[in-house]
Parts: sequence; structure tokens; C-alpha cells
Amino acid sequence: MRASLFITCLADLFEPAVGVAMVRLLRKHGVDVDFPEEQTCCGQPAFNTGSWDDVRPVARRMLDVFDGAEYVVSPSGSCTAMVREHFPELFADDPALADRARALAGRTYEFIEFLVRVLGVTEPGARFDGTLTYHYSCHLRALGMTTEAEDLIRRLDGATYVPLERRDQCCGFGGAFAVRYPDVSGSMVADKVECIIGTGADAVVVNDTGCIMNISGALKRRKVPIRVIHLARILAGEVTGP
Amino acid sequence: MTTEAYPTTDVARRRLAWDFKAASRRALVDDALQLALLRATGKFDDDRRTIMADLPDAELVRERARQIKDDVLAHLDVYLAQFAEQVERVGGHVHWAATAAEANAAIAGIAREHGIRHVVKSKSMVSEETELNAMLEGEGIRVVETDLGEYILQLTADRPSHLVVPAVHRTKEQIADVFNAAFGVNLPPEPTTLAATARARLRDEFASAKMGITGANFACADTGTIVQVTNEGNGRLSTTWPPVHVVLMGIEKVIPSIRDVPLFLKLLARSATGQPMTIYTNLITGPRRAGEGDGAHELHVVLVDNGRTAALASPYREVLRCIRCGACLNTCPVYRRVGGHAYGSVYPGPIGSLITPLYEGKARFADLPHASSLCGACLDACPVKINIPQMLVEMRADQVKAGQRPAVEGLLFRFWALGMRSKLLYRLGARFMRLGLAPWSADGWVARLPGPFAGWTDHREFPLPSSKPFHRRWRKLRKEGGDEATA
Repeated sequence: MRASLFITCLADLFEPAVGVAMVRLLRKHGVDVDFPEEQTCCGQPAFNTGSWDDVRPVARRMLDVFDGAEYVVSPSGSCTAMVREHFPELFADDPALADRARALAGRTYEFIEFLVRVLGVTEPGARFDGTLTYHYSCHLRALGMTTEAEDLIRRLDGATYVPLERRDQCCGFGGAFAVRYPDVSGSMVADKVECIIGTGADAVVVNDTGCIMNISGALKRRKVPIRVIHLARILAGEVTGP
Repeated sequence: MTTEAYPTTDVARRRLAWDFKAASRRALVDDALQLALLRATGKFDDDRRTIMADLPDAELVRERARQIKDDVLAHLDVYLAQFAEQVERVGGHVHWAATAAEANAAIAGIAREHGIRHVVKSKSMVSEETELNAMLEGEGIRVVETDLGEYILQLTADRPSHLVVPAVHRTKEQIADVFNAAFGVNLPPEPTTLAATARARLRDEFASAKMGITGANFACADTGTIVQVTNEGNGRLSTTWPPVHVVLMGIEKVIPSIRDVPLFLKLLARSATGQPMTIYTNLITGPRRAGEGDGAHELHVVLVDNGRTAALASPYREVLRCIRCGACLNTCPVYRRVGGHAYGSVYPGPIGSLITPLYEGKARFADLPHASSLCGACLDACPVKINIPQMLVEMRADQVKAGQRPAVEGLLFRFWALGMRSKLLYRLGARFMRLGLAPWSADGWVARLPGPFAGWTDHREFPLPSSKPFHRRWRKLRKEGGDEATA
């Protein structure tokens, strides 16, 4: 089995360790991993602001970059949802491209989704010595994901899991939303941080780079020493405690 | 207590584009509002989730409701004609109103004909749309809202901030203050006492009013039946005690058959308040018949378009599926922070962000499609599966196509798109960003971003991009089979 890593621009630039952890873990499960080096961004920021004419060439490029990939795996639910939900509709007027977009959509997975649904992973095979909580990132909804990540976290050796209040309430990132309405967004992330602090956890697992930037930035501003960790890093054995 | 409700009679302000940013800022610093929203929305949303999880085949029920609504919208002309015919067959009168003004004129005409000076009203969002109360008061008619929430709002000339719980923006403490000031009493902020006080006062209003005006939750095409649900019984009193009953309803409220009612009732109360059923469910088919002991002697149904057929003909037809349960408001993290008045119109929250531009003008309410982080909670909550986030993005795309966004933003995305079409430019851009931010950073964090991005750092730090992005770690990672790669 071969998987092509769709690192996403945010993880590439801000959370590269997540990509390293994904590669290691996929190899551990016997998957050949490649990284198509031509990749840039899936176009989600422009799509969400309505700049669809600007997105098309960028999305079109993604079709070429991942042409021939057996599976495409990404550390971010929102970028996965962009490819799965929106690429086909972007090319609705061009049947040939629409076919390619649907084909790409059909083999693109969020990382945890790929582990659980494609590789059939049920045991995390990793440890974390400390208390963990978990933020459910919004775009997992669009992928039909529910408790997959939590189920793995609960089974980590050494870890105590404390569910987060309002676990699936948006952290307020929303891309351009955070820039356009920063005070509403700031209020949303403040609520998220309050809930995280309320768990008493040492670290919060967040599996989307946008949410990681937002939540870790807000914790940092409040000088709260709670770590924000992508589950891939724990599962790969790279992070074993707070 | 000042309110920043959307303007009603101030014509000059109504022409201005609605400023969601300013309105939401006012809401965020209103401590009483924050407390009221937190108390109410969380509970409604939790209760909805719990009860929907217990509903057998909930997904099938939602899907069936969606299908029925889509069928109605595809054949609205047919169902409306059938409904009107049935209303008349059972002895009611039908009035067609293309606009809010026509709807109000029809009701004013009925009132004049009967010399009516006193009206009781059960909750109706359409009457908020048409600003019916102001019109009736202008005719010298006394109008009394009988839904407890609406009653509270009427005492302070305030307006609803929620589809189901109109006074959700008021705390019980504030409500006690309102009653104490209005009635010269000294009540504690105790919901039971407050409700009992309103109840006693309203009883006299029901007894003396000569006309009851209500909305409709559903209208059955095959029988001409009006379905109305309430929790307070005010709907039943409004429709059975006064001699004249006027139903004011949007044309999208029609459903094919009375047989569909149980399906929709199954969803409505669950989605709205987390109840299996509302306390009162009224099915009204025509006025009082010979030998019946109650019911209005005369029934009028005013069918209001007011922008609905335009929405029907637009790519946003789906919004007309809405059964006004308010679930999308309760679950929306933005609504939960800013409340309904921040949306500047009758219909707030995620569904309002679509309906308001469609009904009241896309240019004036250009902010609303952006008042969402696109988290998708509304789509999950919607009992008729309206794809709100998708349509919000489509409205944003409409704005871009129509050249209605700031030139700077357009230019920014043009450059962004150019950069993302080349590996080299993308990687250079990433380096440039790091180099540009590094001098302003400490410990890998930037405390102040410049220009349009300053809003981000008003509330949180911004991470400095990694000195070694993943694309520069790959070569080593590939060669070493992952074993020696450094994080």
C-alpha cells in the first residue's frame, strides 16, 4: 500500500513535526509513503472567502500533484474536507476535471480516519504519561468522523483522558473569519481555552493545524502551560508526556 | 437598560449597510447578554442533542422531512392553491400578500371592517418581518403580545433576538426589573413568579380582545388545517377566545398533507427546545362551526410572500425548508457569543445570515454571509438538513463575482493564487514570511502582527513559521526510511 502525504501548507510551515510523525507511523504500519514535492496549498482560504476563480488553478494543480496516488493522507480535517467536498463542485462545468476531482476526493483521507478506517488500527500502540483532553475540530463533521481520535486516546498507555466540555464547539479559527471578525473569533477561542483549562489536563490533542495555531496561540497569550499536540506525534512515539 | 435592537422606524439608519463587526463588538462587552446567552443556548443545544440521539431512525426522519419540504418547494404553486381552496371550503378567508405592506393592509382591512380596537397576538416572526404592531398601533389599535418572551419585549419596545425564545437576550434579573418598572411592583428575579404575574395580566387581555393574530407552524394543503404549537397556551387562547382569528404565515409553511404533521412535530419541538412535544398543539380547520363551543367565528389566513418567491427562484431555495426551530442558532458558536440583535434583522443566526440578505437586500447585509467560521454545527443540527455553510460560501462567491469586496482583499488573493501555483514561489514566500516575522518574535511567537492581521494578535500570539518546514525535512526522511529523521 502506498500513501502520498498531503502535508497542507499550515502543517508544512508551522507544524512540520506532525508530518515527520505521520511518515514514521505510516511506515510502521507497512505503508510506503511518498511526498509529492510540487504541492503547495489546497486553496481553502480563497475558497472560503468566495474567490473561486483564484482557487481553480490552485485546485487544478492539486489534481496534477496527486495524480496517480493510491491514497492521499493529510494531517488536517479541513484541508481534507476541501478536497473531498469542494474540489468536485469547483470543476462542475468541466466533466473531465470533475471526474479527476471526484477520483481524488475518493482517495483522500484525514490521518486518523486513514488509520482507523483504511488500516483498521484499533490499538494506539503508544503511551502518554499525563492527563489528556481532546478538541474535536469542526471539519471532522464534514468527513463523518465522530469519536475515532478519542477512542485511540482513551487506550493510550499511561494516559488519563478527561473529556472537554463543548468539545465540538468551534475554536474560532475559521481562516479569514479570525481576521475579519477578530473579536468574535477571540471570544470563541477564549471560551475554548476556558474549557481546556477546566479539564485540568496537561495537554490537549488537536488534529488540525489551523485549530492548533489558534488554540496554542491563545494559551500562550494567557501564559497557560498546557501543550497542544497533534495525535500523530503521540502515536508515533515522538511525544510521550507533557 | 438600553438595547441595540435593529432599527425599526429610523428610515435613515435602515438605508445604511449593517455593520456586523460593530454590532458584535457591542454584544461581546454586554455582560448581561453574555450571561443570558450562555445560560440558554447551551441548555437548548444539549437537550436537542440528547433527545435527537434517542429518536429512533432520527436520520431517516430528517431525510423524509427534507424530501417533503423539497417537494413542496418544487410544486409550491400547486400546494398553495390547494391549501387556499381548502381553507375557503371549510369557511375561512384567504388573503394573498406579495409584500409586507400588503399583508399589513389586509389585516388592517379586517380590523376596520369589524371595528376592532384590541388585538391579542401569539408569537409570529412574519409579523416582525411586516412590522405589524407598529402598523396596527398607527391605526389606533391596542396590540398585546401574549407569548411571555414577546410580552417582555413589548414592555421595553425591544425586538426578538431568537426565533423561538425571543427574549433570550434578557436575564431573569433584567426581566424582573422590566416588570417592576412597568407594573409598579417589586418582584424577585424568580421565573415562576414572573410568569404568574404575566399570566394574570394577560388573562384579562384574552377576555377582552376582539381579534387574535397568530402565526402558523405548518399549513396542510389537503385539509386547510393550520398547525400551531406553543408551550404557554397563549396560542390556544388567542385562537379560540376572540371572535376573529387572523393567521399570518409565509407561503413556505404549507405541507402537502395532514398526514405529514406527526413527522414534522417529531422534529420541531426536539430541535427547538429538546422537548418530545410542545405543551400545546393546535390543529385549526376553519372557523367555529354550528354547535361547537369554542373557536373564532371568523378565520382569515394571510399568505405572505415578501421575498420568498425570489428566494425560491434563486440558487438559495433550500432556505425555504426552514421550520424556524432555532436549532442552528443555539448550536452556533458565533450566535452564542453575539446574540440575535447583532445580525441586524428579524431572522438571526446561521439561517438568518442567509435569509436576511435574500429578503432584505444582499448589499445592505453583505456582512452576514461572513459572520460564520463555517464550522458546520448548523448543518448538523438542522432537522431539514439545510446546508447553511455551503450557501454562506456561495453568497461570498456571489459578492466576489459582483465586485462587492474590498479591492485590497481581491488583490491579496490574486497574489496568493499566483504564489500557490509554483513550488518555488510558495517556498520563497514561506521563507520571506519567516524572515519578515522573525525580528518581531520571541520564543517562536509573534505578539503583534501588522495591518489587517492585527486582530489576530489582539487575542492570541501568532506562531513563527518553523525554521525547517516539512518540505526541507523530507529528503532526509525519505533516504533514512524515517528512522533517523529529526523532528
